[in-house]
Order: sequence, then structure tokens, then C-alpha cells
Amino acid sequence: MPEENKYDKYEVVVGLEIHAQLQTKSKAYSSDSTEYGKAPNNNVSPVSLGHPGTLPMFNKKTLEYGIRLGLACGSEITYENQFARKNYFYADLPKGYQITQDTTPLCTGGEILIKDDSGQEKRIGITRIHMEEDSGKSIHDLDPYNTLIDLNRAGVPLLEIVSEPDIRSAQEAYNYVTEVRKLVRYLEVCDGNMEEGSMRCDANVSVRLKGSKTLGERTETKNLNSIRNVLRAIEYEVKRQIDELEAGNSISMETRGFDAVKGITISQRSKEMAHDYRYFPEPDLQAVFVKETDIEKVKRELPPLPNELLNKYIQDLELSVYDAEVLTEDKQFALYYEDLIKHTKNYKAAANWMMGAVKSYLNELAIGIEEFPIKTKQLADLIKLVDDGAVSNTVANQKVFPKLIESPKMSPQKIAEENNWIQQSDTNALEGFIDEALNKFPDKVEEYRNGKKGLLGLFMGEVMKASKGAADPKLTNQLLRKKLEV
Amino acid sequence: MDTSKLSFSSARENLLSKQITAVELYHAFLKKIKDSADLNIFLEVFEESALAKAQEVDQKVKAGTAGKLAGMVISIKDNICYAGHSVSASSRILEKFESLYSATVVDRLLGEDAIIIGRTNCDEFAMGSSNENSFFGAVKNPIDQEYVPGGSSGGAAASVAANLCMAALGSDTGGSIRQPASFTGTLGLKPTYGRVSRHGLIAYASSFDQIGPICKSVEEAALILEVIAGSDEYDSTLSNREVPSYSKKLNQEGKKKIAYLDCYVEHEGINAEVKNRTLEIIEKLKEDGHQVDRIEFDLLDQLVPIYYILTTAEASSNLARYDGIHFGYRSENAHDLKSTYVKSRTEGFGPEVKRRIMLGTYVLSAGYYDSYYGKAQKLRRMVREKTRSILADYDFILSPTTPHGAFKLEEQVDDPIKMYLEDIFTVQANIVGIPAISLPLGKLSNGLPFGIQFMADLFKEQELLAFSTEVVNKG
Repeated sequence: MPEENKYDKYEVVVGLEIHAQLQTKSKAYSSDSTEYGKAPNNNVSPVSLGHPGTLPMFNKKTLEYGIRLGLACGSEITYENQFARKNYFYADLPKGYQITQDTTPLCTGGEILIKDDSGQEKRIGITRIHMEEDSGKSIHDLDPYNTLIDLNRAGVPLLEIVSEPDIRSAQEAYNYVTEVRKLVRYLEVCDGNMEEGSMRCDANVSVRLKGSKTLGERTETKNLNSIRNVLRAIEYEVKRQIDELEAGNSISMETRGFDAVKGITISQRSKEMAHDYRYFPEPDLQAVFVKETDIEKVKRELPPLPNELLNKYIQDLELSVYDAEVLTEDKQFALYYEDLIKHTKNYKAAANWMMGAVKSYLNELAIGIEEFPIKTKQLADLIKLVDDGAVSNTVANQKVFPKLIESPKMSPQKIAEENNWIQQSDTNALEGFIDEALNKFPDKVEEYRNGKKGLLGLFMGEVMKASKGAADPKLTNQLLRKKLEV
Repeated sequence: MDTSKLSFSSARENLLSKQITAVELYHAFLKKIKDSADLNIFLEVFEESALAKAQEVDQKVKAGTAGKLAGMVISIKDNICYAGHSVSASSRILEKFESLYSATVVDRLLGEDAIIIGRTNCDEFAMGSSNENSFFGAVKNPIDQEYVPGGSSGGAAASVAANLCMAALGSDTGGSIRQPASFTGTLGLKPTYGRVSRHGLIAYASSFDQIGPICKSVEEAALILEVIAGSDEYDSTLSNREVPSYSKKLNQEGKKKIAYLDCYVEHEGINAEVKNRTLEIIEKLKEDGHQVDRIEFDLLDQLVPIYYILTTAEASSNLARYDGIHFGYRSENAHDLKSTYVKSRTEGFGPEVKRRIMLGTYVLSAGYYDSYYGKAQKLRRMVREKTRSILADYDFILSPTTPHGAFKLEEQVDDPIKMYLEDIFTVQANIVGIPAISLPLGKLSNGLPFGIQFMADLFKEQELLAFSTEVVNKG
């Protein structure tokens, strides 16, 4: 078999673990602030420093955020939530253990919908979502002789989202992480900033010959800090594993890291050296019970979800898939559209405005929709102005819209009126202008009637001049032809 | 001033009637502590803060605003945190450690105007039954200096027995308040698990540890308990139950149903004199009209193994934070992360602590979890059910506090198994979480004290204390 085809013999199997840092104000088990960007070791107290005698205090917000995400994924919510200790020594883990969940994860089951490599919708199963706390940060590159420890992050609440091994390509993994990020942002549980480390991803990757029923030996590549690096690391790891197998070697279960500069994964810890985390129930915390009423409350307060909006736009509003995707990419953008269509029934025009003039304006200034000056009601009024034929689409886009941005308090109607941009659609007035024009050039009328149809432009121009540009071109055209072709 | 004649109630009376001042009280105890330095009871006297508190108490007495514990001079075990004060758990690894915050019990004692005089020696991280596992040396039993005071709250019990303070706070994980109380002729109370906040108690085994008083009278124990007990936002394992005014309800009324467990009294390891004294007490209770029944209990041989598997498992995790990185002892020979861990812990912990960390690590390891930790958890539930079913029928369970009286220094130090069996009668209360008290009832023929233990059902401290009053009064 030629070299370039060996990769086609294999099927890729990927499962992802995503750690999402929650946007709670205080830490998971203490009242310390979680504010990002504070000077090192400022968001700490004896609790997050792990001082002798301190005990964890559970932050109920963590639970609420976890239920939110679980409901959005269609997961089963666990009634009795126990906490467990995961024991390991590391310099940025002050207690020597992490408080997490072991046998009773908050959420089990559920799914995330993504696009597969052929653009078809695909379901990626969720194994579990559980609550835990973050460790501190080890800083290796600031001091030439020492590693420095910053414990601001120690104890910040996390949700760990574990997927089933349903992912079949690096691109699917990319799409999955993109969807998860979109979802946590919609739910406002995590800011999704992978570069700042508030969302991190570990990839379990294996390959097997197509048609094989058994899974290949897997490796875990840890701490991927951008969606692109998820893609790159998996692409590299798949190629590496196939190359190994094709060379007659076997894959060993191990933990690997990703070198983003070289674009390669590197072995960090073999199976033999793997930690024995000695999980056991956390004796310092009582189990937390989730009542049906808690779930109902979270459900009621759940914001619209990207997939729900996408389906609504495609099926109910009959927008194109592309339009629906662009509109739902960002939550605030989608919410603006949601609000906009409360004021207009012309969904397609509303979508066009959002994706055209509005988006260009935002892109030009590199701002978000939150800073967009025009209220949805006004934009809807502008759409109505076009729909009523009061201004042309071109005038609305190129003249009224910029003016509206300058004076967002004014109504589009008033702007058009003050600037004489209202089209003359009054037939009587128009007929007056038309008669005037025809009377002015009787010889040209004659020529037209003899077949010189190009003269229509001359009459149009005359009418426009007489009406100071306010004549509705479409209507003028119609009326002119009617008069000339009697 | 003779501190041996100063009970809290007489001191308080004299203080409020302005016969003495708190500062005078403080100086009397300070002198006594200094004179008794050879007993090795106090690791540190908080001279500055105790004197300042005494002066404050005198001001409050004048103003008529003195708290419930004004006049009480109390010691705290060296595993209870007090802001701005050293706390070491009698370990080298925390030798120079100073706490940034105060335990809830400390705040509550101070809030009621107790004078915290100092911190007492104990077994390292509360692991031991003789107070010989302290980095700072053994404590001598003030009753007879050739004997141990018991442990792990050996210094706490000795501080009361030697009249170096009126009362002490100790901690009890498997008998660490009751056994030394019994060895020193003092009274020791282990409250229900979840009754007293553990915030600021250096953890040994989190699901067993409980702070409680060691003192001379039931009334003092009741008073201290009502001050330190009750919900606390810092400890989520606490009960929100209201705290009764124990000290105002000490009158025992009516006859009680008391059980004694066959295997306890008939245990092969029990000293003959201890057994006879116990049987005499049983007879006396019957004479007084109480019903006392012999009850079968077939889980005695499981108690100590359950206790040592679960407590060492929790300890192995609780003590992971002493790693030489963030606080406490760091070996001077450490040169990288791994050697910082290995050398700091090797040099910082004593042999008993290391033994328990290793045992605990082992029972939680992959492949062994189910046979040890998992099995012990199941047995813990069985013991809990069995004990609570007895306590559904009986008000109290009676037993000797320990199988024998105090033993000599160094007598058992090389035999950990024998030492572990010291806890045989006391661990049940911690496994189940129920309250238990050790009452001093005279002396054995060798002149060393004898203690009897009563256990009650969860949160029945009030009944336990009221009944204890009667037992002590009738001697």
C-alpha cells in the first residue's frame, strides 16, 4: 500500500475532558474572591492556603451553574451529591488533595450536537459533569532558580465535562470544543477564554483499524489551551500513533503534553508512573441534595440555548442555515436579534440588517453588540420604512443608518423626513411630475413611442429632478411606462 | 493563693464580689505553671495575651459586663488555633508555625471572658494514648510522675489535675479526652460529632475529631460546652440544633435504663480491679433504682480495626499539606520539589505519625481500598446501627473508660498494638458519633485514678450531664 494511504486504514477515536472555570464571585469552598488578574497570592485566606485547622465551605453557586449546564446538555441531575478527595502531591496544591466528585457526579448522560466532517449533525454523548476546585499556578519561567507559586486560582470552582469517545476526527473535536464554549458562554457559567486558562481541555486519543470493534490503546494529552491547539494536538497524535502502529510498534497508555511551538505531543508520564489518587469521601463536607424544586428553578431561569435558537430560525423563521448560524454564534448578538424580531415580522430583512450593516459597523469598531447604539425598536422602524416603500433599501443602508448611529435618539422616520429622503409614492403628485416631464419633451415622447425605449431614463431623470430625488423609482418607472405606452 | 482550692465557681464568686481580681488569678496560675515546669505540661504560656485578657476581665467586672466564663483560667491543647499564637500539634513540622486565625472555640471562650493561659503538650497530631509521641517530650502524670497522663490530650488533662488551670480544651478522636481524664482523675467530655465546631482544630481524622472540655466538675463541663457548642458557618459538618443551657439543667430526675456490654466487662484484656470496680458501680446504680442490663454486643473485636483503618486513611490525606512548601518545617537539605517533600516530611514527622500516614495511604490504595477502607466503612455503619438500636432502648451505655489504670512511662512505647488497644472502650463513641463522658470515681489500689464512661445517643449531652451529676455526687 502506498505511503500516503496508510492513514485511511484507521479510525480515530477521541474523548475530551473539558475543565470550565466558573464565573462565581467567590471560590468553591471559601469566601475568597475569584477576580482575575489580581497580583499573585492576593485572593487567598487560610482556607485556600490550606492552613492547619481550616475546613471547606461549599459555594452553592457552583451547584446552580452545574445544574444549568447539565440541563442544557439534557443530562440526568444527581440527587445526592457527595464530595471526594483526590490525593496527590504538587507544589500548587496546598492541601495535598483536590476536593472533587467521584462516585456521584452532579450530571450524568446528555449530549452536545456538533457538525461532523461532512457537515451533518452529530451527537456527542456526555459521560458526566462534576464539580471540583482548581489548583494554584506554578510559574516556572519568572525566576531562574525557583518555581513560584500563585494561589489566587487555588479553590476556584470548576466543572469537568467528560465526553464519551464519540469523536471521530480532530475537526470534530474542534467543533465539539467550539460548541461547548458557545454553550457555557450562553449559560454565563464560564467566560470560555481558553488563552486565559478559564477553559482547558485534555484529549484522550486512540486509533483502530476501520471495522475493528475493540478500542486501541489511548494516550491523554493534557492542558490544551486553545481550540486550535486541540485540533493540532489531535492531528499530530493521530499521525504519530498510526506511524507507530504501521512501523510495527505498539501504543502505550501514557500522559502527554503538547508543545504548541513545535506542534508536537511529548510523553510526560507512563502508565506505571501514573498517580494513584486514593479517592475517598470528603469527610469535611456533607452531601448536597438537589431537590426537584431547585432543578425547576434553574430550568425557569435558563437563557435561550444556541441550538434552540438555531432550530427556531431555520424552521419557524425560515432563515437559511448560514444566516441562523451567524446569528447564534454569539449570545448577545442572538439576543439582539431575538429582541429585534419582537418589533418586526420581516425576519429575513431583520437578519440581513444584522449580518450586513450592523455586523460591519461592529467589526469596523471592533466592539460587541452590547455597545451598539441603535435600539432594536428603531432598527425595526427603519425596516418598516423600507417595507412601506418610504425609503429605498439603498437609502436606508447608506443614508439613514449612518445618521441613526450619529443620533440614536431620533426616529428613522424623522431622519428621512428632515433630509427629504422620503420617497414620493403619492400617485397624484408623481403624475404631476410625470406630466410635466412629458410635456416638456413632446418630440422625445414621439421618439419613444416609435421604439426608442432607452429614452425612459431621460424621463426618469426629469421626474427625479422635479421631485428632488424623493420619487419612488419603482413606482415612477411603472407610471411612466403606462403613460408612454398608451 | 492556692490554686488547688480554686474551683471555677468559687473563683467566679470571689471575682464578682471583688475579693480577688482576674489579674491576681492569672498570676497565681502563672506561678504554679512555672513551678511545675518539670511535668512538661505547657508548651507555651500566653503571658502577654492572658494578662491583657485578665485586665480586660477586671474592667468588665467593674462595669458589670463580665461574661459567663469570667474568672475561668483555661488551657487549650496544642492542636487548637489561636490567632497570633504558635500552634504545633506537638510536631517538629509545625514547630515555628503561628496561626493566622482563631478556632471558633477560642473565639467563643474569649467572647465569654475566659482567660486562655497557654497551650498544652499532646501526642503529635493527637496520635497516641500516652502523650509520649510529642516532639517536645512526654508529659508526666501529676498524680504519680512515673506514670503517663494518657493521651493524646495528656497535657490538657494533666494541666487540670495539677491545678495549673481550672479547665482545659482537648480533642477526642478515639478517646483522647476521656482516656487521659481517666488516668488523671479529671472529668472529660467528648460531645456528639457535629456539636462543636472543628474550625481551627488541626485535623487528625475529620469524621472522628471533636473538641471537648476536661475539668473537675460536671457543672464546669456543662458550662464550657454550652459556650463552645453550636452552629458555625465555617464547619459544614455541624448541626444547626439549638444548644440547651446545659449548666442550668443538671438536676437528674427519674430512673434510667442503662446497658453494659458483655464483651466490654468480660474482655480478656481488662484489669481485674477495673472490672470489679465497674461491677460495683453497676450494683450501686441498681440499688439506686436504675435498671442496668447486660447486653450482648458482638462487634467489639472490630472496633479498633475500624478505627485505625478509617482514621489513618483520613489522616494520610489531612497531613498531606505538611509538605515543606507553603508553611511549617522545610528541610535544609532539600534541593528540589521531591526532596523537599521527602526530607521535610521525614525529618518533620515523628515515627507514630509516619506509621499512621503509611497505613492510611495503604488502605486507600488502588487494589486495597475495598478490602480495607470500603470494608471498614461498611462495618462502621453496622456498629452505628447496632449501637443506636441499643440506645433506642437504653438511656446510657456504661463501661470502664479504659481496660486498666495509667501505665508507666516507656512501659508500652515499643508496642504499638498494645497501645492501640488502649482505645478499645473509647473508640465506639467516635465511630458512632455519640457523646461520651469519663467520670473520675476514686482511685485504684495503686493510688492512680479510676474512670467510668457513659455514652448516650446523639445530642443527648443534657441527659448525659444531668445523670453524671448524680453519679459523681453519689460517688
